[in-house]
Amino acid sequence: MVIATDFDPPPPTAPKPNGNGNGFQPAIYVYEFPVRIWHFVNAFAIAALLVSGYFIGSPPPTLSGEASDHFLMGYIRFTHFAAGYILIIGMAARTYWAFVGNKHALEIFAPPILTAKFWDNTWHEFKRYVFLEKEGRKYVCHNPIAVLTMHFMFLWGITFMIFTGLALYGEGTGMGTWQHTLFTSWIIPIFGNSQNLHTFHHLAAWSILIFVMIHVYGAVRDELLGHQSIFSTIVSGYRTFKSPGKPEDMDRA
Amino acid sequence: MDETFYDVLRRQGVSRRSFMKFCSLTAAALGLGPQLAPTLAHALETKPRIPVLWLHGLECTCCSEAFIRSAHPLASDVILSMLSLDYDDTIMASAGHQAEAIVEEIVTKHKGNYILAVEGNPPLNEDGMYCIIGGKPFVEQLKYAASNAKAVISWGSCASWGCVQAAKPNPTQAVPVHKVIHDKPIIRVPGCPPIPEVMTAVITYILTFERIPELDRQGRPKMFYSQRIHDKCYRRPHFDAGQFVEAWDDENARKGYCLYKMGCKGPTTYNSCSTTRWNGGVSFPIQAGHGCIGCSEDGFWDNGSFYDRLTNIKQFGVEENADVIGATAAGVVGAAIAAHAAVSAIKNARSKGDNE
Repeated sequence: MVIATDFDPPPPTAPKPNGNGNGFQPAIYVYEFPVRIWHFVNAFAIAALLVSGYFIGSPPPTLSGEASDHFLMGYIRFTHFAAGYILIIGMAARTYWAFVGNKHALEIFAPPILTAKFWDNTWHEFKRYVFLEKEGRKYVCHNPIAVLTMHFMFLWGITFMIFTGLALYGEGTGMGTWQHTLFTSWIIPIFGNSQNLHTFHHLAAWSILIFVMIHVYGAVRDELLGHQSIFSTIVSGYRTFKSPGKPEDMDRA
Repeated sequence: MDETFYDVLRRQGVSRRSFMKFCSLTAAALGLGPQLAPTLAHALETKPRIPVLWLHGLECTCCSEAFIRSAHPLASDVILSMLSLDYDDTIMASAGHQAEAIVEEIVTKHKGNYILAVEGNPPLNEDGMYCIIGGKPFVEQLKYAASNAKAVISWGSCASWGCVQAAKPNPTQAVPVHKVIHDKPIIRVPGCPPIPEVMTAVITYILTFERIPELDRQGRPKMFYSQRIHDKCYRRPHFDAGQFVEAWDDENARKGYCLYKMGCKGPTTYNSCSTTRWNGGVSFPIQAGHGCIGCSEDGFWDNGSFYDRLTNIKQFGVEENADVIGATAAGVVGAAIAAHAAVSAIKNARSKGDNE
């Protein structure tokens, strides 16, 4: 089911410079409005979480004066918790959209790992990234390496962060609260103690940062050197193609 | 009929007035409210004393040392009388075969109606030969004593989690009580040692209400272990304000700022030190200017330095904390990205050159 919203821009009427008739795939609407807005809300939430989280573990230098004059750690922790809730709500909405949105919305949740073509493309793109292959292939949705990093590093990483994050938050809200009952009560025993849980929360946070670095670099590189649009797509929703030929995942798209 | 607690107290010269005072204070300590003090008094006046076996495995006796210092003036006397502490090799008068016979007697005579308190834990390696009680491995005595017990109390971090003798690499394979006893309710009262008043309160609760207190998922009484030290710490306002001791003996330490940066484990430790405090409410580690070492937490010996906020991770060969490892990994990935970008740019420029 495709839910159209008022925010969706009209499909480009004028053919792109590479329009029909010369073997170019016309622009395809890939990222619907909710996906695009989620992407940026989520990115800001992650940035806020990484910075505030770092300062919770390693607080800034001591402030002088009376304790009643300041609430610095309070604000840092508030930022972390507020951004955490925004991220959780965003992820819940995004997960919902994976099922009710277009086919592309589901891809990072369920990568087509059972098809031989997917792995053939993965191998090709891998060779391209290690400079053994000159040209990348074209994709309507994502290239398979992007899908794999988004699925494993981002999706599983964020899920881990949400669960451990709520477990740590439940320690503060206390017994009897839903955070404690649903998360803290069983997650802390898995990690043995709260201190270990903190350690793993930190490690996973760094892996999210590494994902962000790879994700942004991959996007910049493919925008410049690849055969399809990247940045304008996450802004407008439309994928355009810079060279002729049918995209690899056209049959699924 | 067996003597009641009250009979014992009166026999020992405790006045009724002192007895009632104890009841109201204990009711308050248990968080029961003043209206339950008479209930407590009534229970102590009418109920026969439940025998308690107090076994010692691999331990340092700090739990016993704490227990006998339970702060309320009357508490140590009363609790020792209340308990009908029939066997505790540290403080009992009898010794040798005479002492061991008491265990036998309680297990058989008071079937299903005695409490087994365990201080320390059993080592399992070499068939338990690392801890011998009365010529037999402690693990055997423990299993035998637990066989007919109503409930088991694991005193301290040794019995609850394993503590120092179970720290890596744990050569004697010491294990906490719940790894050996599976068919009895186990109340864990962790701490190294536990707070004296917590120990006396737990046992008073069990004897008074004839049921075990409400436990959390890790088997600790909720009334004492449901919050972290940090949640009720009197230095918490300095934490919220962002005021920390930056180095031992700095000006901030003199001002009593938060010890978070000095590795205080208060934020990750469940215990009631910051409310109950120690030595009759006189002080507790943080109040004395030293961070909490997290002694009531599982595996606290293996959680790295007592003076680091972030735990060192040893699995990677180099001993570093999560943030150092994470930042290093991010740095390596960043460098790889930069190198990859440079190569991409050169290759691209070259191929463009070829095309022209």
